[in-house]
Amino acid sequence: MKTEKSQELANKIRQTAVEMVHRAKASHIGGALSMADILAVLYEEVMAIFPDNPSDPRRDRFLLSKGHACTALYAVLAHKGFFPLKELESYSLDGSRLLSHTSHKVPGIELSTGSLGHALGVACGMGLAAKRQNKSFHTYCMVSDGELNEGSNWEAILFAPHHQLGNLTLIVDYNKIQSFGTVEEVLNLEPLHSKFIAFGWEVLEIDGHQHSDILKALKNSKIDTARPTVIIAHTIKGKGVSFMENKLLWHYRSPSDQDLEIAKREIQP
Amino acid sequence: MRTAFIEQLILEARINPKIFLLVGDLGFSVVEPFAKEFPDRFINVGIAEQNMTAVASGLAMEGYTVFTYSIANFPTLRCMEQIRYDVCYHNLDVKIVAVGAGYAYASLGPSHHATEDIGMLRTIPGLTIASPGDPLEARRLTTLLSRNPGPAYLRLGKAGEAVVHPAEPEIRMGKPVLVKDGKETAVFATGSILKYAHDQLKDEKRDWALFSFPVIKPIDGEALLPVFKKFNMIICIEEHQLSAGFGSAVLEKANDLLQAGLLEKFPHINRVGIQDEFISIAGTQDFIRNRAGLVL
Repeated sequence: MKTEKSQELANKIRQTAVEMVHRAKASHIGGALSMADILAVLYEEVMAIFPDNPSDPRRDRFLLSKGHACTALYAVLAHKGFFPLKELESYSLDGSRLLSHTSHKVPGIELSTGSLGHALGVACGMGLAAKRQNKSFHTYCMVSDGELNEGSNWEAILFAPHHQLGNLTLIVDYNKIQSFGTVEEVLNLEPLHSKFIAFGWEVLEIDGHQHSDILKALKNSKIDTARPTVIIAHTIKGKGVSFMENKLLWHYRSPSDQDLEIAKREIQP
Repeated sequence: MRTAFIEQLILEARINPKIFLLVGDLGFSVVEPFAKEFPDRFINVGIAEQNMTAVASGLAMEGYTVFTYSIANFPTLRCMEQIRYDVCYHNLDVKIVAVGAGYAYASLGPSHHATEDIGMLRTIPGLTIASPGDPLEARRLTTLLSRNPGPAYLRLGKAGEAVVHPAEPEIRMGKPVLVKDGKETAVFATGSILKYAHDQLKDEKRDWALFSFPVIKPIDGEALLPVFKKFNMIICIEEHQLSAGFGSAVLEKANDLLQAGLLEKFPHINRVGIQDEFISIAGTQDFIRNRAGLVL
């Protein structure tokens, strides 16, 4: 499978996201970088998108539940032409619609998020509507690992297989670090794979930075039409910038001028 | 009221193919006729109100008018954030229906006393709050909400409430409904305690007016102006905490009218409601209402 284009897009997402948090002195770059490759493959190779008409009914739906990592989503949408790249410079600044948690006022964004554990249930509703109306769009929902602490997610994880939502794909950005420590320390999710199996999901486990793996899994997730698919994507928080990788600190810290310079150099393809 | 609601919803669903009903594993012997007639537009989501509200949001985003149905505080307080952030912030066509307003489930205890819901919900931008006083109002409100897009909360009593109005009243958003004219004092009631108020005013010594408030958010302040001007005393009665409830909303409106220069003096407003307490003894609805001091 050719992945040059998605690789190139992932680099652009990373570059742009780091610039955005630097300019706005904002947080949450680590979790934006960990999902950049998955977003790149989704928007470059997998989803039906209509940048000139973001609400086209034929579009595939993408819901980012981990709304704090919105810089990567804003970046991919701007790079795909949903709105001008220039607007990204206003991120989180006075009067901007680019809030520092995902906002549905921005073209291409289905659902505002920021409070964790909300999007998967909404995605279930969209998948259910597609089934009931015989529509062929697919719904994707990306959650963080930490937000699987939320009970609301497990209500939805029960619901989706019961209603045979084969048109729903859940992606877990499993970077193993949440706000206050590692997932293992705070509230262990393991064995995550077998939990989803027990709940009735089709489970795929991948390296969330290998584009060919990501593409294959996303394509496979459409095959089983009777069961929803979860892609457990093993990722690295801060991926692509050496001093941010696997560091809890970069859930919070905003890059300095010097950090930005190094980061941009490292992200070059 | 719940029967009036479901019968009316079925009538609406026959003419509007977008109406969808989600229930949280409650509504036994109530919702079955809807489920039977519209199996493609009905789901029992299980005992999972957060997910029920989120699924309703997703369905509404795809074009449905979705009713969520459960009892007491479960479809409201239990999933308050889904109501605020998913339904209301996205301005979705979701109607939250709770059976068991106030002390309708009196003996079941505070878990089932819906006595803080108005206060908690009415601060949320864009959410209409409807609180029928009798089954005829419940019918009219079901139609009104079905045909007006946007988030709403329908606060139903339970079953077997007596009819107060002689015929289905016309209900306009935010406006009170005159039940009985009178002198000196006007009683403002919302919810099924309307019947109690109505019975009290049959006493010849109390030639008071009675207004029902089937919609308590929004309240049309200007519709209250002539009432404030005509009566020396207003008594608001509700089966809810005094704090942040219906009477508070009336006080706020009176103050707004005064500040806007539309009223010359602040009206005398007496409020009857729950005095910042939980009731943890068993009893009938009437007994608990009495115990809580909900008397005229």
